[in-house]
Amino acid sequence: MEHAHTLVVLVEDQPGVLNRVVSLLRRRSFNIDSITVGHSEQPGMSRMTLVVRGEDADVEQAGKQLYKLLEVMKVTDLSEGEAITREIVMVKVAAKGQSRSEILQIAQVYNARVLDVTPSTLMIEATGDEAQIDSFLTMMRVFGIREMVRSGKIAMSRTSGTSRQGKADAPSNGVYAAAD
Amino acid sequence: MAANSIAVSPTAILEEADHGQAAAPEILSGAAITCRSLEEEGVRTVFGYPGGAVIPLYDAIPSSSLHHVLVRFEQWAGLAADAYARATGEVGVCIATSGPGATNLVTALANAQLDSIPMVAITGQVGQALIGRDGFQEVDITGVSLPVTKHNYLVQRAEDIAPTIKEAFYLARSGRPGPVLVDIPKNVFISKVPYIYPSKTGRKSYQPTTKPNIRQVRLAAEEIRHSKKPLIMAGHGIILSGAGPEFQQFAERTGIPVIYTLLGLGSMSELHPQSLGMMGMHGHRHVNRALEECDLLINIGARFDDRATGRLSGFAPNARVVHVDIDPAEIGKNVKTHVPVVGDAREALTMLIEEVDFGDHKAWLDWIDGQRNRVLEAALEDRPEWPEPYAIIRGIAEATDNEAILTTDVGQHQMWAAQQFGFKYGDRWITSGGLGTMGYGLPSAIGAKMGRPDLEVWSIVGDGGFQMSFSELATAVQENLDINIAIINNGYLGMVRQWQDLFHNHNYSEVRISAPDFVQLAEAFGATGIRVTSDEDIMPAIQRARSIKGPVVIDFVVEPEANVYPIVPPGASNSEMMHDPQWSPDEEDV
Ligand SMILES: Cc1ncc(C[n+]2csc(CCOP(=O)(O)OP(=O)(O)O)c2C)c(N)n1
Ligand SMILES: [Mg+2]
Repeated sequence: MEHAHTLVVLVEDQPGVLNRVVSLLRRRSFNIDSITVGHSEQPGMSRMTLVVRGEDADVEQAGKQLYKLLEVMKVTDLSEGEAITREIVMVKVAAKGQSRSEILQIAQVYNARVLDVTPSTLMIEATGDEAQIDSFLTMMRVFGIREMVRSGKIAMSRTSGTSRQGKADAPSNGVYAAAD
Repeated sequence: MAANSIAVSPTAILEEADHGQAAAPEILSGAAITCRSLEEEGVRTVFGYPGGAVIPLYDAIPSSSLHHVLVRFEQWAGLAADAYARATGEVGVCIATSGPGATNLVTALANAQLDSIPMVAITGQVGQALIGRDGFQEVDITGVSLPVTKHNYLVQRAEDIAPTIKEAFYLARSGRPGPVLVDIPKNVFISKVPYIYPSKTGRKSYQPTTKPNIRQVRLAAEEIRHSKKPLIMAGHGIILSGAGPEFQQFAERTGIPVIYTLLGLGSMSELHPQSLGMMGMHGHRHVNRALEECDLLINIGARFDDRATGRLSGFAPNARVVHVDIDPAEIGKNVKTHVPVVGDAREALTMLIEEVDFGDHKAWLDWIDGQRNRVLEAALEDRPEWPEPYAIIRGIAEATDNEAILTTDVGQHQMWAAQQFGFKYGDRWITSGGLGTMGYGLPSAIGAKMGRPDLEVWSIVGDGGFQMSFSELATAVQENLDINIAIINNGYLGMVRQWQDLFHNHNYSEVRISAPDFVQLAEAFGATGIRVTSDEDIMPAIQRARSIKGPVVIDFVVEPEANVYPIVPPGASNSEMMHDPQWSPDEEDV
């Protein structure tokens, strides 16, 4: 069945690496829902979080293709349950008169923070998983969203290790390993 | 994000590694360093064409040991380098200037990418001060070539040239081979820096698996043990890894019949009794029938290309599948695989030989033999009845004892060559498989001859494809190359005409193609031209061409509307072959 997969990709921070990753997924007809990139805990390495939609087998193929990029060190498919995901959203909401206090109350429920205030709007930041953000936005829509920006998902596995091994020792199904 | 990040340049790593070196390094220009680096990699021949951005590089070529072959169009430089690589097993090298020179290489890069050919392309780029400002002849060739290279580089400092070229060659030839492009700005060629050729290369992030997992090898051997009708599908990977001897040993030990993909032909001699011939769209009848019948398919070094498999749902319907490939991404990409073996074909075969039992599949081989097209085979025993293009291709095979390098262009003549030549060696069969690049014939003959001057080189070309690249006759004459070009001149873009004939109600649209007088054309270039219009002149013309020095063009004027058979219609399964009405009168059953 087709569903969204969260791929975490550890890459060497070389010029053009984002272009290479995106270009590869495009030419192999994979749809990217979101992509985020930033430095990782290791100098010279970045971590990307990609949300890709597709059948399990297709996404596995995407992972194998990504490994072929010289800069890609490690690809991990964080399927549901094993990982914590977070997204950040900033919204500018129409907030006049009494709706202002209502908005502040709702924001509190979502642990959201007010970043800026004008006579007619409030700028609010919320963090959470996709469902929490969606639900927060549903509430805000009632008052009228003037502007909104979402960061795209970042994710981290719940296991104790870091995802930083090289390709050679990253067997997902025993096929890659030159063990024995 | 990459723009403001600190890039790990290969130089940084290598400066550390080479710290021990004593004598003060020479100060050289980037251009001289480029030539030295190529020499260090063992390059003897480069194919190229000069222009503004590479003038500094060309300044350094005469004082190097490189033999530069001046082509007439950059695409043919790239394809000649590709064929040079196929013929020698070395990395092919081509050079072009920025902008139009570089974009002219794109087709050749794609050709090498799809057929996994080790190649390094050096392109000039406008000076760094102009990059991003639409300078004269500026094209973002690293951007353009991204999808058609294994990797590419834009070199930013002269100090980076040597380590980048070292890494480029390593990438091109290791793992699954492929083309690598190195783009060097003009001012980087000019600037002078200390030259040290690094002794090491490689990256943590690039560790191709060459030695397969023994557990997988044992599982494969187990499959073979339990199979009654096994079939080996031999692919290009066997040739690329130089595994010919190991492959033959494996095939002989197990006794399993061998079929070939287009690019796998010759991975074992086709004259071997276990060799059955080519599979797929224009595969032999008995080969495609064997695929339908087999219970185990052992794919060694092929990627299950659609021209080989036909419609996937009808492909080898009764078979379990073992797939040996160096590229893990190929496993399961097109065909469900029961036992994947990831690794280099040579290493995999060496390990497999240890694990498999001696076997004999006489009954199964006999069954397959019974599926042969008897009518055609009988006719082929008796030379005067040979259909024309067969006679030409078999004639060349016979005259050269199947030992010549045979290159082709793309079209009907290519398929006839694949079906009829009978290849003894994989590295002497040079054809554009994955990309199907028309124009490949003549430049590939030039590349092959430059690489293997000791071997006789023939190219089978169509009248269409030859008209794309015949300007390279000038290159062949300039280099005084003994190459023989056989034009299968049917007056048509034959392969397209055939599809229009069979699948588009005989609606011939833009396939009738006129041509210059090829004999006069050859003579105008300073080559030799021969025309053959009747069957009895075929062999004498072939023999005459072999005795003449320099390039020879034979214009074989053939039946205009002959079709290649069998043919699996596009989108159909390999079991739905169409057969030659003339040579298969017994084909009511399909
Ligand atoms: C560069 C390029 N353009 C178009 C094609 C499509 N194509 C494949 S075969 C063919 C006809 C080739 O005609 P010719 O060279 O005369 O060979 P024939 O099929 O007649 O033997 C064409 C146009 C191609 N493969 N490559
Ligand atoms: Mg033709």
